[in-house]
Amino acid sequence: MMPKSKRQRQFFYIIPYGIWLVLFVIAPLVLLVFQSLTTPTGHFTLHNYAIYFASGTYLRMTFNSVWYAFLITVVTLIVSYPMAYLLNQLKQKQFWLLLIILPTWINLLLKTYAFIGLLSKSGTVNNFIGLWGVVPQQLLFSDWSFLLVAAYIEIPFMILPIFNSLAEINPRLEQASRDLGANRWQTLRRVIVPLSMPGVKAGIQAVFIPSLSLFMITRLIGGNRVITLGTAIEEHFLVTQNWQLGSTIGVVLIVAMVITMILTRDRARRSARKGR
Amino acid sequence: MSRVKWHAFLVTIYLLTKSEGWELTNTSTPIIEFKNVGLSYDDNEVLKNIDLSLEAGKFYTLLGPSGSGKTTILNLISGQLTATHGDILFEGNIINDVPVEKRNMNTVFQDYGLFPNMNVFDNVAFGPTIKRMSKTDINAKVTEMLDLVKLSDYADREINELSGGQRQRVAIARALANDPEVLLLDEPLSALDYKLRKDMQYELREIQQRLGITFVFVTHDQEEALAMSDWIFVMNDGVIQQNGSPEDIYDEPINHFVADFIGESNILDGIMKTDYLVHFTGKDFENVDAGMRPNERVEVVLRPEDLDLTTIENGKLVVTIDDQSFRGDYYEITALDDDGNEWQVQATNKAEIGERVGLTFDPEDIHIMRFNESEDDFDARLESYEDDADDAKE
Repeated sequence: MMPKSKRQRQFFYIIPYGIWLVLFVIAPLVLLVFQSLTTPTGHFTLHNYAIYFASGTYLRMTFNSVWYAFLITVVTLIVSYPMAYLLNQLKQKQFWLLLIILPTWINLLLKTYAFIGLLSKSGTVNNFIGLWGVVPQQLLFSDWSFLLVAAYIEIPFMILPIFNSLAEINPRLEQASRDLGANRWQTLRRVIVPLSMPGVKAGIQAVFIPSLSLFMITRLIGGNRVITLGTAIEEHFLVTQNWQLGSTIGVVLIVAMVITMILTRDRARRSARKGR
Repeated sequence: MSRVKWHAFLVTIYLLTKSEGWELTNTSTPIIEFKNVGLSYDDNEVLKNIDLSLEAGKFYTLLGPSGSGKTTILNLISGQLTATHGDILFEGNIINDVPVEKRNMNTVFQDYGLFPNMNVFDNVAFGPTIKRMSKTDINAKVTEMLDLVKLSDYADREINELSGGQRQRVAIARALANDPEVLLLDEPLSALDYKLRKDMQYELREIQQRLGITFVFVTHDQEEALAMSDWIFVMNDGVIQQNGSPEDIYDEPINHFVADFIGESNILDGIMKTDYLVHFTGKDFENVDAGMRPNERVEVVLRPEDLDLTTIENGKLVVTIDDQSFRGDYYEITALDDDGNEWQVQATNKAEIGERVGLTFDPEDIHIMRFNESEDDFDARLESYEDDADDAKE
């Protein structure tokens, strides 16, 4: 048998994932861009983009998407950083980490439905506060419940990268900082936080970008009070059947994601270089 | 004042300083003191009832193998560890509960612990910045420190652009930028290559003498300890085995561990027949030790560099050359005597393997160690018979 060259072998390894990549990533992207630039009869047009950028509704949806994704990211970060820091000091790190990762194994929709059970007027929370005679409150279909559930779902994706970057910091640096006269707080601010920034950036990427296109939670928990681009895309594809405009919004969303990626990755790389 | 009076005045002052009364009033408080300090983890006693006292402005070394407790002592001084029992004093005040950042001491860590997110300047400026010194003062301090470690041109470099030796210097500059009264050094030279280590030993010693502050240096390298220190604490098993000047420790090791750990040693079992007469390898030898019980079992130490090869007739012992290797400035020779004892000899002349030669040494090269003699007993015995010897001379 003829010995295969290294390049041939490498090509062989790529085939399974290559098929997947072409069918489910590249082809849909091409179709999306193609549809956004054509009329239903297949003629080239920029009409869809004109509609999008001329319409206050779509721009407001875009702003909403970015704003809520930003809020979700901030809430998630505030909850996750201290937790990741604490986690790093614990003896049974792996066990606690497992507990934090566990919810990500459960289907997103299931978790969302569970929150309906918790937050609805006859739900667990209202039953509980009812023990003190509080009348049932409208908890679902509010901005707060939307933020709560979205943050709950995203938290593990924020904790994990921050935890990893904190774990990589040589404990000696904390010792050195204390030795040089810095108290715990100064050490955290001047040494630990700057060195964990690559993890924070990665966490922001992992939370902010998916949050841009959330749509099931906006409907089930937010009660469509918050209409984001994700919801708009769903409406166009499934309800109004306007695939062209749906594709256009999709392209805009993808561009927004790529921009976020570039912004956070550039910084992450720079601090990673300094961190080594 | 006339010349004669002036001279008399100086003589008086000199005599005063020699008298015991002066000593009492002049004995300043030690900068660091351990009183019966111990540290245990669960049932594991890492440090056992340590008493020590360090004078300001000296270069101290804690020397011992890994796990001997030397770094533990350093961490207790710096405050990174808290003692299980006993008191630690700084300039006479108990500092058991003073946190790390409030102690006026700084540490040079074994792996340097430089902040990778800051450049050289910011690393050195870390302490002064925390102290909220003014910008101009910080600049001046950092410049002074980088000058001291000969890194003036490196202020803007990133840490990952530096070599190991340069990182070492930054770590020293950073620790000294806080003007500590005590600098703690935790095996700082162990990661450097031989040549660089030698240079840094010399430089550290120079920095210590220029600044006049107390250095506490931890190492497992006995050569390094002997070369740099004013005073050495030899540690093993969480106990100070012996402390003294490098010369004392080398010339008068108190027990088997110290003799074996410091330098190369030939250690043999012997019997101290009477004062100044010791018996080993089946023969009697004249020596200079005294104060033991008649026929007390002892250990005899002979340093390889004190032994010489000679003709069989002139030798005090006859040995057979077993092995030899060239070490540059001497030959490292292994020889066997007729009892089967192995002898390490550092000789300037070459020998033939298998050759029978004489081995010779002077009475003062024979060092006697008693079993389980404490440092205090050792010192007392030494003093008593040295006095006897002085009396005998008069």
